Amino acid sequence: MPKVPGLLKGLGVTLNTLKRTTIDGANTVQYPHEKEAPPVRARGVIALREDNCTSCMLCARSCPDWCIYIEGHKELAPPRRAGGKPRQVNKLDRFDIDYALCMYCGICVEVCPFDALFWSPEYEYSEPRIADLLHDKVKLGEWMETVPEAPALEAGAEKKGKK
Amino acid sequence: MNAALLAADLPYWAQALLRVLGGVVAVLLPAGTIVYVFLFKMMSFMQSRLGPMEAGPYGSMQLFAEVGKWLQKEDITPERADRFIFKIAPLVVLVSTFLLVAVVPFGPDAWFTNFEAGVFYMLAVSSVSVLGILIAGWASANKYSLLGGLRAAGQLIAYELPMVLAVIGVIIQAGTMNLQDIVFAQNAGSMFGWDGLGNPYILTQFVGFIIFMIAVQAELTQTPFDMPIAESELVSGYMTEYSGFRFLTFFIAEFATAGVFSLIASVLFLGGWGIPFAWFGWDTMDSVDNWMNVVGPLIMFTKMMLLSFIIMWVRFSYPRFREDQLQRFAWKVLVPVSLVNIMITAILKVAF
Repeated sequence: MPKVPGLLKGLGVTLNTLKRTTIDGANTVQYPHEKEAPPVRARGVIALREDNCTSCMLCARSCPDWCIYIEGHKELAPPRRAGGKPRQVNKLDRFDIDYALCMYCGICVEVCPFDALFWSPEYEYSEPRIADLLHDKVKLGEWMETVPEAPALEAGAEKKGKK
Repeated sequence: MNAALLAADLPYWAQALLRVLGGVVAVLLPAGTIVYVFLFKMMSFMQSRLGPMEAGPYGSMQLFAEVGKWLQKEDITPERADRFIFKIAPLVVLVSTFLLVAVVPFGPDAWFTNFEAGVFYMLAVSSVSVLGILIAGWASANKYSLLGGLRAAGQLIAYELPMVLAVIGVIIQAGTMNLQDIVFAQNAGSMFGWDGLGNPYILTQFVGFIIFMIAVQAELTQTPFDMPIAESELVSGYMTEYSGFRFLTFFIAEFATAGVFSLIASVLFLGGWGIPFAWFGWDTMDSVDNWMNVVGPLIMFTKMMLLSFIIMWVRFSYPRFREDQLQRFAWKVLVPVSLVNIMITAILKVAF
């Protein structure tokens, strides 16, 4: 008997939610028809800026799942100044991320020393075939268009960087 | 009883056919309505979501989609299962639902059977489903099924008792076990000489009503008492090994029984199909107008929806009882309270 008020209160909670949902609508979103904007810095998919990549392999080595595959070769580029020696550059042949393996930890993005990898909030890239989840460098490059502008630095962050 | 509509001038086979059809409608219609309105929509709204929205406007065709899905699934029987018993178990459960609806009166002449020991029959037949559940649990050759079946047996037997005892109060007050006469007694009755509302037994037998509804909740293994199916520990209890049509049969039986028990509760406590007879000056069963045969089922349906709303509301609101709490509640609270209720009712019956 002493528990009856609590029991009635519990019934009241569900009934209130029923009323609220009827009047104000549900907390959920009817997904394929309407979409929720993902939060800023959402980890949807990793985009690649190929020009920045030096195929240093840091991302591939730091990946806990070994889901990044990089192949490259060395090439001689014309010298910067006239009369100089030709420069040696790393050319990227293959840069694949297997999203069937990726666990979205973001270590590759953190570790990249030349800002070649970025988070994009895009999340609708499911495939009927698991092999199609392997995104090559062309597809990863296309994701660059969806990468949002980097948020402004916090106050004081720049000063600290100068030191 | 004036010439019953069905018995009037139809040949026997037509009567039988009509009764079977009526029975199917009386079982499947409440089941479908309860599943869509309460299980799909009300539960979703109580959890601040919309529930099925894709099949038909507001997901109203979802039920057909679900049934189609279940019918397509493979009918799996476990290798070590007792095949014959395993296969008839869901049917036993469903049959008990059909047998239950047979005694429910829907109008002055709209009934399937009208016999004197209606309440007794109802209580006896409602325990047949325990057998179905028990043999389903045993025949599945699965430890989860067996545990679920045994829990179900223990629970259903424990809550059968308060249910019977709660109904006895009504029987004492009405002085009959015939459900039709119980409806009559409530609607033709009067409270201290005032007959504007009849005398629905929910007022005089409120304790009995509460005990009955709690026992019904347990008999249906709905949530505060869903130890037998406890999906977080027993997969799905005695239903674990069932798939396709046989699972569908269990599912239909569960919600059809909810509907039928609501119908029975409305007959016993809310005045059944009747409206207070004093409104139209009826004083015997024969004087009730024939249009009540049409309005009666609608009134019953409304009351059924009301009571199953309460059943489902409680289901969606409460967490589940532990096994020992559940048994203690039945034997130490409900049974003594209902015994006291019977005693008081009997004393008052003699006194007035």
